[in-house]
Amino acid sequence: MATAADVELVGVVKRYGGTVAVNGVSLKIPGGSYCCLLGPSGCGKTTTLRVIAGHEQLSAGDIMIGDQVVNGLAPVERGTAMMFQSYALFPHLNCVDNVAFSLKMRGVKAAERRAKAMQLLELVHMDRYAERQPAQLSGGQQQRVALARALITNPRVLLLDEPLSALDPFLRIRMREELKRLQMELGISFIHVTHSQEEAMALSDLVVVMHDGLIQQTGAPREVYNQPTTEFVARFIGGHNVLAGELTAQDGAHSMLRGPGGARLRVPRLEAPVGSKVTFALRADRVSLARQAAQHRAVGADVAAPIDGNRLAATVASIEYQGSLVAVRLKIDGVDDFSVHLPEGQFYDDPVAVDEPVIVTWQPRDSHLLH
Amino acid sequence: MPARLAPYLLAAPLALVFLAFFLVPMVLVVVVSVFNYEAYQILIPDFTFQNYDDVFSSGVTYETYLHTAKFCVIVWLITLVLGFTIAYFLAFHIHSLTMQITLFLICTIPFWTSNVIRMISWIPLLGRNGLVNRALMSAGVVEEPQEWLLYSDFSVILGFVHLYTLFMIVPIFNSMMRIDRSLLEAAYDAGASGWQTLWNVIIPLAKPGIAIGSIFVLTIVMGDFVTVNVLGGGQIASVGKAIWTELSYLQFPPAAANAIVLLGVVILLILALMRIVDIRKEL
Repeated sequence: MATAADVELVGVVKRYGGTVAVNGVSLKIPGGSYCCLLGPSGCGKTTTLRVIAGHEQLSAGDIMIGDQVVNGLAPVERGTAMMFQSYALFPHLNCVDNVAFSLKMRGVKAAERRAKAMQLLELVHMDRYAERQPAQLSGGQQQRVALARALITNPRVLLLDEPLSALDPFLRIRMREELKRLQMELGISFIHVTHSQEEAMALSDLVVVMHDGLIQQTGAPREVYNQPTTEFVARFIGGHNVLAGELTAQDGAHSMLRGPGGARLRVPRLEAPVGSKVTFALRADRVSLARQAAQHRAVGADVAAPIDGNRLAATVASIEYQGSLVAVRLKIDGVDDFSVHLPEGQFYDDPVAVDEPVIVTWQPRDSHLLH
Repeated sequence: MPARLAPYLLAAPLALVFLAFFLVPMVLVVVVSVFNYEAYQILIPDFTFQNYDDVFSSGVTYETYLHTAKFCVIVWLITLVLGFTIAYFLAFHIHSLTMQITLFLICTIPFWTSNVIRMISWIPLLGRNGLVNRALMSAGVVEEPQEWLLYSDFSVILGFVHLYTLFMIVPIFNSMMRIDRSLLEAAYDAGASGWQTLWNVIIPLAKPGIAIGSIFVLTIVMGDFVTVNVLGGGQIASVGKAIWTELSYLQFPPAAANAIVLLGVVILLILALMRIVDIRKEL
């Protein structure tokens, strides 16, 4: 089997005529890791993948695989293999011959290459369908064959271009597990392009969030989810609210902000001059929600509201039941989008209704400053 | 009106056209082919296989078929190579659709004038004192005018290739345009060279187009008599021309029998091609 190899991108730029698809990406993917390139469509993630694969030529920068600069090399010389979004199985060949294709190109004898192809088909549990044509297979089955075809060359790096996007949700989750299992079994790097943050969280050792041809943030999924560094990341990975305010004063461990609608908000101390604009993210599941009337009483008794807690008045805009949690969308003056995720049980203990005035509260430590 | 009738009514106009202009003439040809004839009576209603007997017992028939088959094979090979190459260029080397359409229209320009004019225009070019001969002589390549340029197998084949290459280009181009470009990338990813991709991916997937183009070219060349007549100068034999000659002597029954035999041969040819390639996938 092939050995794992680091993949390193240094200042990679890809231009198409006047448009810049990838605008200076530097990234190191350790050998044997599962890396997801995550971002909305048009963010340059697929182009980055294709540049690594050798299907696009670089406009500037370098790509290293292992200790070799691979700029300008053919995919086979790079030791990469790509799995295409549409699977790109050869419609005129049956499964074995599809999988054995690259061995045929190398002049391996028919019996030998078919035997090797059968092994790979077994690996992806498709050996029973060896003689079928691609058109006779379901999407999930085609994908397994495509995976076997990509793996037959013992690549050092497997590149997957939105491999799960064409599958139905149930199958997507099963294939996701399968991909992860294979990656761990083979011990090679998988670089996986996706626009689904859920997929990226579930699979990756390393998430690379991209936007407008640039890397926004790189890190382990948990790190990215807990500490998004930019407003884009906070919004794109979901489950976060983004608030902005103007720094009015420093107060010990906290900075005071004038937030939306003039509300006074506390955030962890930030070394910045008074008057500067501050943006911070707040996880939707760290916010509490209370009826306005009840809250007033509680405030009057000075019990429920924590002393340094933040609060904002809001109106319920919509309520979405999502199984284990309930997502409550709120209207708050001066904030374009604000959601609270409540555990299902907690919500239904005392459900609020649409258009009901409420108060949201959170601890300053749960707000996370963005750059 | 009962709903069951609607599909039949919708199909009726085309069915009637077929009936009037294809089926009825076809049946008439079959009927005439078993008639008798004499010098002073063109058609004598009869039921005789004499005409077919004449066709099959004459050595000339076999020679003519052999000669026509030779035309078929040579023209087929040349148009196939030309058509495939041009289609490949249009499909894979021209990336903008506008440019593809423009070049495609350029390919069809010869079709803006009539077949006969296009054929005749070769005559001043290839004739004894034609442009080609004069150019060759003044360049000192040859001493005297080359006779084989015109009214020869060469000129007939040239005419066929000129007239019918487009019939090869169009279906092959069509097949090639349906090839998913990611398949070519997948082949490249698997380490295939350009030729390997051509041989292992493009040709197998362009097969239906090749088959359709081949059917066009083969059937046209099999039945042609105009090109053979104009560019062959009356010296060259072909099945179509044999039929035409019989017709000009008003020998309708043998001409009909010959036509039916030709039809049979062409149908067998098409069936053979259909066995090799599943054309229905393409339609």
